[in-house]
Amino acid sequence: MFKDIEHLIRLAVVIAIALVAFVILRAAVVPHSFGQYGHYRGAAIGEIASRPVAFAGHDTCEACHTDVVDQKKLGKHVVVACEACHGALAKHADDPGSVQPGKLDTAVVCARCHEANSAKPKGFPQVATADHAGGLACDTCHQPHRPKIETEGKK
Amino acid sequence: MQIPVEGFMYPNEVELQWSVLIVLYPFITGLVAGAFILASLERVFRVEAVKPTYRLALLTALAFMLVAPLPLQLHLGHPERSLEMYLTPHRSSAMAMFGFVYLWYLMAVLLLEIWLDYRHDIVVLSQTERGWKRLVYRVLTLGSSNVSERALRIDERLGYFITLIGIPSAFLLHGYVGFIFGSVKANPWWSSPLMPIVFIFSAMVSGISAVMLLYMFSTRLRRREIDMRCVDTIARYLLYTFIIDFSLEMLDLIHRIYEADESFRSLDFMVHTRLWMSQVIVQILLGTVAPIALLGLTQFLRFSDLARKGIYVLAGCLTMIGIFAMRWNVVIGGQLFSKSFLGYTTYKMSFATREGLLTAIALMILPFVILWVLVKLLPPWPESASLPGSGAAPAHGAS
Repeated sequence: MFKDIEHLIRLAVVIAIALVAFVILRAAVVPHSFGQYGHYRGAAIGEIASRPVAFAGHDTCEACHTDVVDQKKLGKHVVVACEACHGALAKHADDPGSVQPGKLDTAVVCARCHEANSAKPKGFPQVATADHAGGLACDTCHQPHRPKIETEGKK
Repeated sequence: MQIPVEGFMYPNEVELQWSVLIVLYPFITGLVAGAFILASLERVFRVEAVKPTYRLALLTALAFMLVAPLPLQLHLGHPERSLEMYLTPHRSSAMAMFGFVYLWYLMAVLLLEIWLDYRHDIVVLSQTERGWKRLVYRVLTLGSSNVSERALRIDERLGYFITLIGIPSAFLLHGYVGFIFGSVKANPWWSSPLMPIVFIFSAMVSGISAVMLLYMFSTRLRRREIDMRCVDTIARYLLYTFIIDFSLEMLDLIHRIYEADESFRSLDFMVHTRLWMSQVIVQILLGTVAPIALLGLTQFLRFSDLARKGIYVLAGCLTMIGIFAMRWNVVIGGQLFSKSFLGYTTYKMSFATREGLLTAIALMILPFVILWVLVKLLPPWPESASLPGSGAAPAHGAS
């Protein structure tokens, strides 16, 4: 009888070896803190928290750039945080002298919010940039901190 | 690239997230399940007439099974991460649990059944072949060359048992694919409890049809005579399965039309415009009604062998096109309309990209290359069962 099922026993041994190898591999590669709080690595929370802060926050920007704050107050962009357009600038806030933010390409930055899309609310200012500006950068006509163009007579 | 949009689309709906590769995935998985169910006809239900296709069906299922996860891996990127499904199983995700369904079907059903069925041949080949092939066969014997009548009878009984488990497993494999779509409650085109059942029956249709065509073409290539009793029987089973599949699809359609919920007008418009060609013309008329009519004709009228062969090849090819169109209409169709029911987008297939047409074509060719290698290694032909030095019949024929 044993001789007739020898091949099946050999197969069972191969399967057992594969299972043991899997268990060892699993123990070796799955991080210890996995599943501590949920379906993720528990230690990731501490690692993410210890990463350096990238955003300075608009209060920090406004402490120095008071002229821009005054401009923004006159337009709708008063509600837009500085780093929403300028990007994360904690390094600049820490060392304003040596770390200077790069110049923004308004043809790209403005379109992120203002490119026309039928899914956006009707009251939200939006343009088909290709038709509206024909490739020109938005700040050719608009002042980004106070974007509405006011004609002399209507001032 | 500007995507033509009509009406109102939410921004995240404009570009389709699931591409042609996700169309291929249920198509390929369906062929696996269908081919296996055809093989089980001979093994479990003792339909002796389809015996010439038994081994070919198993190898076809394996060849397509090995390719089945590739579209998903190409679509998602980072294929090395797919192993994490097993290392850290996510039990509440149907998609993540697919890894286990796949593994079970591949390892516990297909490989085991093929190994048990071919063991006699493998042992004989390990003694008669030379060079690297001999080494491969020796590894496959696992060091045991016992092919006594008693050992083969044990293999036969175990193989029968595995096939018995294999049938619900095949249903699980493809029912799961239907479940993935059917359980997306946000999408009325998919969300239907009938989806898993429709997928299973369409899988059986495509698998049976694929093995029938493969058997006919391979026999022709080998310049042998096609066993007409075998193809007649397969064609009959194809017709029966097709009728059930078509009835279920029509039941789903009639149910939707009668229920006419809030999505109906939008979906109805889509079927009459963007999906008219792929759904009504290709899937329903060319890919379902035409093959059912052709196969039905052979049941009522007497045709010559040559004419029947022609009809079967035509019906088989139309079936494959029809089932592919069905997968296309489910996957792509379900992403063409807006959840607002007020707008429609367009699918633009790219060509030589990771998810483009070229990749899809390569993925459809790959199973045939694998099948060719498998056939060379483990000949499935009836005449190769009587190998030099073998006294006993192959294991599956012992019953």
